[in-house]
Amino acid sequence: MQRIINALFLLAMLGLCRTGMAQGLEIDIVNGREAAIPVTIVPFAWEAAAMPDGTSIDQVVRADLNRSGQFRVLRKEDVIELPARGGDIKFPTWKMMKQDYIVVGRVQTAEGGYRVEFELHDVLKQQSLLSLALPVRPGEFRAVSHQIADLVYEKILGVRGAFFTRIAYITQKRLGEGKFENAIWIADSDGFNPQRIVWNAEPFLSPAWSPDGKSLAYVSFERQGGHTIYIHELATGSRRLVTSFKGINGAPTFSPDGSTLAVTLSKSGNPEIYTLNLASNNLTQLTRHFAIDTESAWMPGGNSLLFTSDRSGKPQIYSLPVSGGTPERVSSVGEYNARASASYDGRLLAMVQGSKNVYRIAVVDRERGGAGAVRLISPGPLDESPSFAPNASMVLYAAREGNRGVLYAASIDGSVRQRLALPDGDVREPAWGPFRQR
Amino acid sequence: MNTPIRVLVLALAVAGLGACAKKTVKPEETSPPPTSTTTQTTATQEESWTNPALLDSKPCLVSRVAYFDFDQTTIKSEAMEMLQCHGKWLAANPGARISLEGHADERGTREYNLGLGERRGNAVRDLLLANGGRSEQVATVSYGEERPICTDSDESCWSKNRRAEIVYTAKQ
Repeated sequence: MQRIINALFLLAMLGLCRTGMAQGLEIDIVNGREAAIPVTIVPFAWEAAAMPDGTSIDQVVRADLNRSGQFRVLRKEDVIELPARGGDIKFPTWKMMKQDYIVVGRVQTAEGGYRVEFELHDVLKQQSLLSLALPVRPGEFRAVSHQIADLVYEKILGVRGAFFTRIAYITQKRLGEGKFENAIWIADSDGFNPQRIVWNAEPFLSPAWSPDGKSLAYVSFERQGGHTIYIHELATGSRRLVTSFKGINGAPTFSPDGSTLAVTLSKSGNPEIYTLNLASNNLTQLTRHFAIDTESAWMPGGNSLLFTSDRSGKPQIYSLPVSGGTPERVSSVGEYNARASASYDGRLLAMVQGSKNVYRIAVVDRERGGAGAVRLISPGPLDESPSFAPNASMVLYAAREGNRGVLYAASIDGSVRQRLALPDGDVREPAWGPFRQR
Repeated sequence: MNTPIRVLVLALAVAGLGACAKKTVKPEETSPPPTSTTTQTTATQEESWTNPALLDSKPCLVSRVAYFDFDQTTIKSEAMEMLQCHGKWLAANPGARISLEGHADERGTREYNLGLGERRGNAVRDLLLANGGRSEQVATVSYGEERPICTDSDESCWSKNRRAEIVYTAKQ
């Protein structure tokens, strides 16, 4: 009974949250993880003259760390003392609360806006691990909050945080019978601050980030009778038409150095993988097979590509040196494997694994053998388009719930999943952007 | 509702397949409602295969969608007559142009399904060419899973979405 009441209360809370975030994306923690590190984020003290916007720094940091699956952040209502400085922390309190780490901070007025000072302390050792002051201009509070989450994440785990990053995705909104508005958006990694960068009555597919985060490549159906690939510069909105051959112009992905775009073209009669040098416009055909070869993904270093091919009957993942050669099959488990992407270090591969009518996101650890090498991190039934966070801590993917598409960010072990979904419209084709300069 | 229409379509199809000379008599023999009389009369007059009205009256030409099994690109037998008719139309009308729009259901990845849609379009193209069409008359474009007829996640819906549609961009 108590559990039911708790569940109802949680539902009521979520309902409130959703109305409050109409513009952003919804947030749900689906699962928890026992081994997660307990940490407290104390609400930051406001010591400045005026409140610039509604951003609650501690709330953003709390949500970021929870979403990673690596941390279990103390709920705000359980934060029973509110120290703003290291000297004010009563460590026995937090030790009693079984917390390993505590973050305190305050916001002050500074030239040009504000300054956020924060400290990270080890509760058991009663030791300061990090103490920093960051300048904040009005309107940048969410960005700075993600940077604080990144710094805390990195200090505790020794891995760079990826919360101060952006994602791209596609939406489709039905306007009437047979009429749609298709759009490509970019947003913060938690789905806030969505910006529509291009829209059309015809569909878009496969947004892909340039390694410097300044451009997106994507497929558009806007030209009558075919597909085209564009590279869209985010700052200026200017577009470069990259390919518009007869047939499919699909699945663009930038090489790690940004010099080359891998694409799928069917101008020869069926889909093949090509590389396009963006400076010289030289096109090189890499595959020659009557099968469907598509969805190429670069391995780190840029010397080889993964791609989907049904040359063995059903779609499977293959790898191929960019210099040419014979493709080698990579996926071994499952009757349907497609749309692979690689982690920054090449150790992990994420792909869509299908069985009967269920399609789930699989993460393959290439350094492990046997049954432990493949982990299904999503429940299905129609999950697709996995992409890694730039630190490989999470995978972003698309799922279908009822008649609409939603996005999920899942921790790499699948223990925590967060739903990011636009309140109206069908969301799909997410792509996690690269690290940003702080 | 469904059955009478089917019967009518079948009747028209039989009429269309029969020899031209005999059919002029047919409308006078029977006394169907005026609308179907005119339809039948028009159909018979246009067996010339160059009258554009035939394209919108002869059942096998009115029908313009071929359906496929899951992850398959094989043309089913029920689509054969329809495709033979459109091939014959292309042969009789050198100026006619067709855009073949290939589609997939929502299962599987979007770019792979773009490939699958193109394969389905190409399978239809090959049959049109085998039945008298010429390659310059037919262009294939794939929409993958991006233009579903229906959006429920079940087989009744998926089977409607796995299709290739014939779209005339020029009739003659």
